[in-house]
Amino acid sequence: MNSLIMKTTARFLMPFLLLFSVFLFVRGHNEPGGGFTGGLVAAAAFALYSIAFGSREARRVLRVEPRHLIGVGLLAALSSGVVALINGQVFLTGLWGYIRLPGLGRVETGTPALFDLGVYLVVMGVTLAFIFNLEEAE
Amino acid sequence: MAIALAVFSGFGVALAAPVLSRRLNNAAGWVLALLPAALTLYFVSLLPLAAAEQPAAFSSSWAPELGLFLSFRADGLGLLFALLISGIGTLVIVYASGYLKGNPNIGRFYAWLLTFMAAMLGVALADNALLLFVFWELTSLSSFILIGFEHERESARAAALQALLVTGAGGLALLAGLLLLGLAGGTLELSTLLGQGDTLRASPYYVPALILILLGAFTKSAQFPFHFWLPNAMEAPTPVSAYLHSATMVKAGIYLLARLSPALGGTNLWMYAVGGIGASTMLAGGYLALTQTDLKRLLAYSTVSALGMLTLLIGLGSQLALKAAVVLLLAHGLYKGALFLVAGALDHETGTRDIRQLGGLFPKMRLTALAAGLAALSMAGLPPLFGFISKELTYEAALEYGPWLTAAVVAAGLSFVFVAGIVGIGPFWGRKTETPRSPHEAPPSMWLGALTLAGLSLLIGLFPATVSGLLVSPAFSAAVGQTTSVELALWHGVNPAFILSVITVLAGGGLYVVRGPLRSGLSRLAWSRGPAFLYERSLDGLNALARGQTRILQNGYLRHYLFSILLATTGLAGFTLLTKGGLYWPSAVTDVRFYELALGVLILGAAFAATISWSRLGAVAALGAAGYGVALIYLLFGAPDLAMTQFMIESLTVILFVLAFYHLPHFAQLTPRRSRLRDLLVALLAGGLMTSLVLSAVGVQLFPSISDYFVENALPLAHGRNIVNVILVDFRGIDTLGEITVLGIAATGVFALLKLRMSRRKTGDEK
Repeated sequence: MNSLIMKTTARFLMPFLLLFSVFLFVRGHNEPGGGFTGGLVAAAAFALYSIAFGSREARRVLRVEPRHLIGVGLLAALSSGVVALINGQVFLTGLWGYIRLPGLGRVETGTPALFDLGVYLVVMGVTLAFIFNLEEAE
Repeated sequence: MAIALAVFSGFGVALAAPVLSRRLNNAAGWVLALLPAALTLYFVSLLPLAAAEQPAAFSSSWAPELGLFLSFRADGLGLLFALLISGIGTLVIVYASGYLKGNPNIGRFYAWLLTFMAAMLGVALADNALLLFVFWELTSLSSFILIGFEHERESARAAALQALLVTGAGGLALLAGLLLLGLAGGTLELSTLLGQGDTLRASPYYVPALILILLGAFTKSAQFPFHFWLPNAMEAPTPVSAYLHSATMVKAGIYLLARLSPALGGTNLWMYAVGGIGASTMLAGGYLALTQTDLKRLLAYSTVSALGMLTLLIGLGSQLALKAAVVLLLAHGLYKGALFLVAGALDHETGTRDIRQLGGLFPKMRLTALAAGLAALSMAGLPPLFGFISKELTYEAALEYGPWLTAAVVAAGLSFVFVAGIVGIGPFWGRKTETPRSPHEAPPSMWLGALTLAGLSLLIGLFPATVSGLLVSPAFSAAVGQTTSVELALWHGVNPAFILSVITVLAGGGLYVVRGPLRSGLSRLAWSRGPAFLYERSLDGLNALARGQTRILQNGYLRHYLFSILLATTGLAGFTLLTKGGLYWPSAVTDVRFYELALGVLILGAAFAATISWSRLGAVAALGAAGYGVALIYLLFGAPDLAMTQFMIESLTVILFVLAFYHLPHFAQLTPRRSRLRDLLVALLAGGLMTSLVLSAVGVQLFPSISDYFVENALPLAHGRNIVNVILVDFRGIDTLGEITVLGIAATGVFALLKLRMSRRKTGDEK
């Protein structure tokens, strides 16, 4: 599709969508949001870009293969479960701790966050794999 | 902890192997071999603990509700196997760097070889029966991929599939057997189970459990009548044949038998089933080896024979027999591993594995010839090599059971001598022959392994005390189930076993001299309809069944799929709903706000518009509107998470639809009126079922709702206030893990389907 309006909109919306997706992901444990929704929003951002500029351009901006996102995401989710195993607990037991971040103070985080990141990456990767491949099929 | 780490380290390094191999090129094999080398040293350091009956152990829970624990235990038997696995693994990885030099997929090869090594270490060291099963299946899987490594060849793919199906089916039997054993003994921890031999043997589960476990062990260790997959597995690159299909993986069944013999052995059933199958395998393999002309298939049949001998010895179960089994295990691993590596080097340097084309290579390949000669002498059972000690012990054990058994073992021994002559002597001595490639000495990476293993055969033969105390005694004690010490000696004096040895070597040498006429005579008697024939028949039958039911159930028409899914669901769920009296109809609908009503009308209208639309885009837009309406309902009833997800899904679905439309032909009304009426009926039925299900779900409360638990515990237990997210990533984490795995698989499927279509287009093969 070659539309100036579409291209301009996509270019403006993309950073906001991506920022929004990260925002959704980070607040997900306490407020509406989370890895699933966040991943979908991120995929939507790239889908929009792909409609405006074509999938080749969208892939270039994404930099990684969608299927690698899926693999890394599954690995992240799996390893979040293994942490508990190494700690002598049942697989996938949530472990929590505090880290100190500059400007934010004490932040509570744990293995479920890593798990959610895995969900985020898988959802994003799967959706984009669908969209890019369908777009490229002649 | 260290022992669990030792097992899992191979999986970790396997992940890094492809990258390392790209960075380091030819040096990668030497660097990757450092891991198994370090593991070998670590296992050696555990030997004194095992000898002192204080084996290193580690246990952590994995899924305790299932009796599944991550428990490892390094006793003598486990360590003997672990040392074979890591020691030969070191040499094989170095060997592979020479054998597959320049192969673009060598990184993947290392990765799977290391994965196999880790899985096999898991089999040898696991103390939990289920954990052992998991590793057992992983070895079958990595064997499948390694046999099919050169996957462009049809024969390699078929052999890989055959090995996977045979060992996989056995694996399932093994799982059932181990679970029955767990029921009988009340635990799945092997070390505890082994102490309850009397309880287990008296249990009603004993016979089925034993048969199922034996099926697993026999398929894995290529016992008759399942032996046919092993010679076919020679399609794999030679490092794999040497490592998996001679030294380690095919001995997993032997390991399991030896491990369980204190608990399950000692009965007549054990002795006749294990001993009988072992003896048949030993004789069949030994006989079939005589007719082979391909070096690797020859070695494979002779491996089958040796595996049969090991099974027979474990089946006999006397102290002497088990001692012979442990010694043969080690001796066979050393000499057969070396001979396989030699066969690979010959193939690599001359371009042929046909024994009729190989001869007089000694001047060109002195080091390889030296290794081959030593290993062959050990295999033939000549002093002062380790194979001699092993053969003496085997004969002594057989002599206890009368002349028939002794004759069978001696017959197998003849075949060993014959094979040793063909592989170790034939290619290097005698007349120089023309080979496809002009031969020269193999690179160091390729003679180092064979020479090390053959050298060990000599060293241990000369100084058997080096292994008897620390290695053989603890392994033997574990197989017998009581602490015993073993003295090994090279010279036993002139006794019946020694006389039999002399006869074996002389007669075997005689067979070797007349090898040409013998082979052609025997191959005329060859056996064309063996168990492999049965395997092919049943595979054909299975494929025909699959094709038939696919034609009916998966006929490629989306409407038929929807049809059967909807009708089956409606029928089954509707039946239950009616018969169990769950139907519920609200008597009065009250308190409906105006905007709720409007939303309902909007959704219904959109859905209706979708059904009567004359354009695809219109239908999809209408469906999207219905979806947005549902999302608004979520929002109104306080489920912002669901609403947000629904909005995203609806938008992305429209994009996907539009992309898919591009590939579809123009919209046309082709279905006759009758089928449209039928579709309407099905749609109404399915819609009616969903409506009554939802109403019943609201109206009838069968169990206390679990949502209260989630509301109360989300913050204290899972540190989150968003209950939906807490459920997804914590309370129901394992479900989510399953779901994202399914998503990943679906994406792979879509990817493969679209790529397949594209490549067909390219080759102009499109139907």
